[in-house]
Amino acid sequence: MRHTISILVENEAGALSRIAGLFSARGYNIESLTVAPTEDATISRMTLVTRGSDAIIEQIIKQLNKLIDVIKLVDLTEGKHLEREMLLIKLSTETIEESDEVQRLVDIFRGRVIDVCATSYIVELSGHGDKLDAFIAAIKHSKILETVRSGVSGIARGNNSLHV
Amino acid sequence: MANETEILTGADIILRCLATENVTHIFGYPGGAALHIYDAIYRQDKVQHISVRHEQGAAHAADGYARATGKPGVVLVTSGPGVTNTVTGIATAFMDSIPLVVFTAQVASPLIGNDAFQEVDAVGITRPCVKHNFLVKDVTKLAETIKKAFFIATTGRPGPVVIDIPKDVTAQKCEFIYPDSVDIRSYKPVFKGNKRQMQKALELIFAAQKPVIYTGGGVVLDNSSEQLIEFTQELGFPITQTLMGLGSYPANDKQFLGMLGMHGTYEANMAMHQCDVLIAIGARFDDRVTGDLERFCPYAKIIHIDIDPSSISKTVTADVPIVGSAGQILQEMTQAIRESSEKVNAHYLANWWRTIENWQEKNCLHYHQGEDKIKPQAVVEALYQVTQGQAIVTSDVGQHQMWAVQYYKFNRPRQWINSGGLGTMGFGLPAAIGAQLAFPQETVACITGESSIQMCSQELATCKQYHLPLKIISLNNGYMGMVRQWQEFFYDKRYACSYFESLPDFVKLAESYGHVGICVEKPHDVMPALEQAFYAENKNRLVFLDFRVDPSENVYPMVAAGKAHNEMILSPMPAIREMELI
Repeated sequence: MRHTISILVENEAGALSRIAGLFSARGYNIESLTVAPTEDATISRMTLVTRGSDAIIEQIIKQLNKLIDVIKLVDLTEGKHLEREMLLIKLSTETIEESDEVQRLVDIFRGRVIDVCATSYIVELSGHGDKLDAFIAAIKHSKILETVRSGVSGIARGNNSLHV
Repeated sequence: MANETEILTGADIILRCLATENVTHIFGYPGGAALHIYDAIYRQDKVQHISVRHEQGAAHAADGYARATGKPGVVLVTSGPGVTNTVTGIATAFMDSIPLVVFTAQVASPLIGNDAFQEVDAVGITRPCVKHNFLVKDVTKLAETIKKAFFIATTGRPGPVVIDIPKDVTAQKCEFIYPDSVDIRSYKPVFKGNKRQMQKALELIFAAQKPVIYTGGGVVLDNSSEQLIEFTQELGFPITQTLMGLGSYPANDKQFLGMLGMHGTYEANMAMHQCDVLIAIGARFDDRVTGDLERFCPYAKIIHIDIDPSSISKTVTADVPIVGSAGQILQEMTQAIRESSEKVNAHYLANWWRTIENWQEKNCLHYHQGEDKIKPQAVVEALYQVTQGQAIVTSDVGQHQMWAVQYYKFNRPRQWINSGGLGTMGFGLPAAIGAQLAFPQETVACITGESSIQMCSQELATCKQYHLPLKIISLNNGYMGMVRQWQEFFYDKRYACSYFESLPDFVKLAESYGHVGICVEKPHDVMPALEQAFYAENKNRLVFLDFRVDPSENVYPMVAAGKAHNEMILSPMPAIREMELI
């Protein structure tokens, strides 16, 4: 099953490689991993998406907790939570028809065109990963010049919050 | 707390921190990046530096010191090859949860990342085999980092911690303040067991009809031998131990079934297979212990006590997990058992013991010492007699290691020192160095083989330099014995690369280092040779005993990899063979 785990780690050199190394050494898979500082400069927050049986997820959580740099973590999948991912995609728009088509899709998906030049548009779209997949599927493959996805960020709904 | 106005160099700070931590020995080898630190060693007299001949030896010696004393072992090596040579030793300590603090010198900060001379990414290379590691870039953080390293290495589930220090940091100066304690917000080991879980465990214990206690290295590491003995004797349950657990329950006690697992005793493995309640304490269900996981303890409810939550339900799901210190939990549970109105069912327990005694009658460790060739088992038994069971015994890895634990009965914790998890050949001699330095008055014997000893034999020079009267018991069968045994059993006797075309003359080798060498070829010479080695004029000298043992001898019983506990291969000795496997 797919699990989304949020991790607070010490904002120190090597913390990311300890986590990445743990996954490769123990043969766990990482579907997506994002990391950035929080409002507290000493702490970074990671959102990690992985797949595995209940036993494997239990081990992953225990092994993560065992790392000295890991301050706290929560398996968001255990409760109601939100996930967002951002897509930046550069699309070839050589004709007026193509530009119109892109603009129409962007409107439908509630994205934004954030850069325009003579032959291409850059589109920004955020939402659940499925929505980004759907948008990409709706574009003709040959028109995609470049895609970049941020990876998943996740947060629990309601009053539960992950902080030190 | 140090004098607040004291300004010291990074190198001096390291030595002052070690002295404050009551470190008596550092095991190491100098080199360019470490020279400021070595100069600081020269200028002090609190900590003795032990100069090994290879950095792997330094790590193993510190490890042996740590296993023998329970105190953290300290290593100091230079950058580059100094670090890479240490990695095997660090990984050995990591697998067996041994507290080490390893100082690795690094090239000067401005050179880091430039592929400088003797530069390796020490933090990167050691990351998968340490409990934690640090790169100290600022001399003002050095003392606090060292305090953290000792704290992390020795608490919770212990393990090695590496501190990588660039050369320029060891020259920079700052005010020396060594904190009395550190608080690491992301590291809070749990010591106290959960009451509800302990209550559930007691319910299983009182209802048990065929209970077994199975303990590992965690009990030794937690210095919980006394609590284990009280708990086990209060219950009257049979107890078996892993390779790492031996000594923490007296092997001579009638409740002790011997070691379990791949080369465990018949009675221990059969009891595991048949038990209905398994009490696992400080053990991690290693594959050499469990055999086939699908058929491991098929009838048992499992109680698992361990300080490391990730050890619980990793390979075998625990019915009652209890996280915490083995000693504290055992003490609380023993107390609760004594105070409880419920009692262990004596009737069932007596029946269970009768079943176990039947298994014991098989005498699975029986062997026959003829007139001709020395049996390796007989050498270990003779060693036990000559040392009156009191020696600290280290070993390497292979057949001799298994015979050591099958025929030397360990009656106190930290008496048996070996590389269980990583299985590092070459561990025995340097580990014995560490143990002997920690306990100069004790007898220290290294049971080894002619293959293992050659992996770190350069440390014979270290023994000479520090006058260490080790006794090396080499069971020389001319083969990498355990490899040969597997090839005999599982590869149709194709003995690929499991013997050397040439072996050194070990007597002359020992003599060339200034030690005593004795070659023993006949069974009737075994005992006299051991007496000659341990007493009289050789008492205070290192003696290398080269026992030429029967090369065809195998280690029995054996649970082959992937087999279940009740599928042991027993010795072809007629007395054992004639009884059928149950």
